[in-house]
Amino acid sequence: MTTQISFLLNGDEISHEIKDHWTLLHLLREEMGLIGTKEGCGNGECGACTVIVDGLAINSCLYLAIEAHGKHLETIEGLAATDGTLHPIQQSFVDEGGIQCGFCSPGMIMSSKALLDENPKANHEEIKHALAGNICRCTGYVQILESVEVARDQISGPISIQEGRGECNE
Amino acid sequence: MKAFKYLSPESVEAAISFYGEHSETAKYMAGGTDIIVKVKEGWMEPDYLISLKKIPEMNNLYKNEATGELSIGALTTHSTLEKSLMIQKDYPIIFDAVSNIGSLQVRNVGTIGGNLINAVPSADGAIPLIALDGVALLHGPDGERSCKVLDLFVAPYQTILKPGEILKKITIPPQPPHTGSGYTKFGRRAAMELPLIGIGVLLTLNSDYKTCIKARICLGVAAPTPMRAYDAEDFLLGKQITEEILNEAGNLAAAESKVRDSIRGKAWHRREMIQVYVRRMGLKCLEQIKEGR
Repeated sequence: MTTQISFLLNGDEISHEIKDHWTLLHLLREEMGLIGTKEGCGNGECGACTVIVDGLAINSCLYLAIEAHGKHLETIEGLAATDGTLHPIQQSFVDEGGIQCGFCSPGMIMSSKALLDENPKANHEEIKHALAGNICRCTGYVQILESVEVARDQISGPISIQEGRGECNE
Repeated sequence: MKAFKYLSPESVEAAISFYGEHSETAKYMAGGTDIIVKVKEGWMEPDYLISLKKIPEMNNLYKNEATGELSIGALTTHSTLEKSLMIQKDYPIIFDAVSNIGSLQVRNVGTIGGNLINAVPSADGAIPLIALDGVALLHGPDGERSCKVLDLFVAPYQTILKPGEILKKITIPPQPPHTGSGYTKFGRRAAMELPLIGIGVLLTLNSDYKTCIKARICLGVAAPTPMRAYDAEDFLLGKQITEEILNEAGNLAAAESKVRDSIRGKAWHRREMIQVYVRRMGLKCLEQIKEGR
């Protein structure tokens, strides 16, 4: 029950022998040593294990490694430049206090990246919708949402107040 | 997690033949967001997982412009439906339901077919398809058959699917003009939450924009399986739809629901919320019909 798979990981071609029942999270953390991606609940409830597969944010704890064959994967390890310069989303999480204990941060940042890659002008409501599957037990979310908005403004330039606030219906 | 062999057939026939070889030791898998949890927790112990992801015909989402029929492959993800401009515009009730299933990460992988076949009483995906008179196309070792989406459900977590049978796609018949629809999942919070109650309403008005000629009121978590509130639907037929009439339909729907007390909420609360949301979703339908005028 082993299979050889190959995929693009943060731009690098990877070929790896895997077992059919391994999750992508297991492959990344336990087999490849990429421990930036976190395991929280292991059941798809918390979003700590979020990575991007072919542009879509997914829970790597519920995704079989074998299904990553032929796909383009992005993990938190691929965000910073080789010289250590942080990605604008990472930098804004640092600057705006979007990080406290840090355990949810890789997942939060990957969810934010998937959103801003697809919708660089995402408004407040769209950011909340995209991050609803990422749980943080420290910050109370306000600073996380602010961090994503600051990163968005960095990436796309400021958007109008009206666009940014969206409609509030909680 | 228990070890299993992953099989990835590229046609429905090949999938069924894999099942034939391994029978009870095999399980079909769509997106996997539920089944992987079940295997991890030991609730399910398959030796073979037969993934349906590589079957092209099960991944199609298209509307036949000539007939007006919508065809949703069972492997269509919730996100694909949520992002589809055609779904947003022509089938708002589907959009309402799928855009709040699980989280974005789950919607990017989880499928409408998987959601139906899991048959949890709270399945958000089923209600809009029932309201739209959806038909499920099944394919198994004995060939093809079809049934109404409503009739898929036998009991909680139980469908009419026979061993080896696959839900291939759901078709939605053309919707008449002057139709509006909406779904609300009522719970404590929107994300990552099973609804306390799910309410879907679809109304079609006559060309006078007043008289109701078709009504669907569908409820999730209101009974062991998704249900239609037939008394409330019948009451609306032929009536000039006003807020008061919708209020009365809400009362009827609440009365015929079979809600129960559970850990998530009390029956009386669910009944009151059915009443409220049948009215609100009805008003939403009227608004859509007026906008399309």
